[in-house]
Amino acid sequence: MPEMLKTLLTVLLAGILTDNYVLAKTTGICPFLGVSKKFQQAAGMGIAVIFVMLCATAVTWPIYEYLLKEFELTYLRTIVFILVIAALVQFVEIILKRFIPSLYKSLGVYLPLITTNCAVLGIAEENIDTARDFLTSMSASLGVGLGFLLAMILFAGVRSRIENCPSPKPVRGLPITLIAASIVAMAFLGFNGVVQNLFA
Amino acid sequence: MKQNKLSILLRGIIAENPVLILVLGTCPALAVSTSIVSAVSMGIAATLVLIGSNVVISLLRKVIPDSVRIPCYIVVIAAFVTAVQMLMQAYLEPIYDLLGRWLSLIVVNCIVLGRAEMFARKNKPLDSALDGLGMGLGFTVALLAMALVREVFGSGTVLSGLAAFGVEAIKIPFIYDIRIPILAQAPGGFLIFGIMIAVMNKITEKKGGVKRKSFSCDGCPSAHLCTKTSCSEITELASDASEAAEQIKEAEIAEKKEVEENA
Repeated sequence: MPEMLKTLLTVLLAGILTDNYVLAKTTGICPFLGVSKKFQQAAGMGIAVIFVMLCATAVTWPIYEYLLKEFELTYLRTIVFILVIAALVQFVEIILKRFIPSLYKSLGVYLPLITTNCAVLGIAEENIDTARDFLTSMSASLGVGLGFLLAMILFAGVRSRIENCPSPKPVRGLPITLIAASIVAMAFLGFNGVVQNLFA
Repeated sequence: MKQNKLSILLRGIIAENPVLILVLGTCPALAVSTSIVSAVSMGIAATLVLIGSNVVISLLRKVIPDSVRIPCYIVVIAAFVTAVQMLMQAYLEPIYDLLGRWLSLIVVNCIVLGRAEMFARKNKPLDSALDGLGMGLGFTVALLAMALVREVFGSGTVLSGLAAFGVEAIKIPFIYDIRIPILAQAPGGFLIFGIMIAVMNKITEKKGGVKRKSFSCDGCPSAHLCTKTSCSEITELASDASEAAEQIKEAEIAEKKEVEENA
């Protein structure tokens, strides 16, 4: 297998399984807890996040590489990235509303919530920190996005069961949800080392 | 409305603790509470950003137009985060490396944006500074409490991560041998956080319970960004679901009673 493809697949699978942003790195917990009550909402949020993550990486990577690095403004990274992501989310919303109303109807609700999703800024920064090239960055973003979607969908299933179970009063609501999340996260620990050894 | 200065400060620490009561800033709370040192330094960094951004936003509260206030707040917050980041990199590099990406992720920490939105834009600079300090301290205290449990029982040590300053981690004699490593990992974070909130619920139960906002849309500082209908739709859907669940439960209980009576 060519070296390039190997790298791409490794970062993709690592994002989905071993370094799952939600369950292994505890990033993007707000939407994970807030929008996972129903399967459909969870899936919608997950797809919207994948979409924004890919767009964000496609925009922030060139900006960092060709603008900030060129003019030695790398310390402005955080400010520029968050502004780009905020603008991008608005932009995507407007475009979807105008051209693909059906998709907007199903995703539109979740788009504004994504600005403050730390997974999006997190992956943009990780791509820069680990000095990935453009293709690898895109692959990593897709992996992290898919990992987010997977976590959301799995947890929506778990949660619909919890909601119907009588639990002791103090743990009802948020605490029991977090404890369930802990068990789902434990399951993901089982993937440790799988991806690294897959192509070795 | 005139508020007592002391009550503004104390509110953030206990009654409106941002992590344990308002359930904001969960991501960094879970991620950096693996050791006491990282928890406290994250708390201090967030407190500095909170005070700075609260004061500036409060000073600019009559200048910033309402319709574009969120982007403006984000710029102010990002500026302070960058400043804190640079200061830490210059003077406390080991800590900077320890916190890593979480330092720049303070930008998207709901607590900072939430306080700007809920408090600083309606209050005077001094009050806002106190509010920022209180909320920051509340964040630090909550992180420290989680880190104490996670580091002591997860790693069996205290004060790890200060090796660069010549302070060695102290191994706690007995606990080190029976430590539970999973507590220091992500699942342990979820578990400890869940248990802590449950304990808070139990403690405050007698006082009428915590009035915690639902952690879907109401608790989110960017909730107003969504069109109001869509947001209420989500909450409605959620409440519908829980109502339905309760009805099912009640029906089940009624059934059980009937069965018992018949027997």
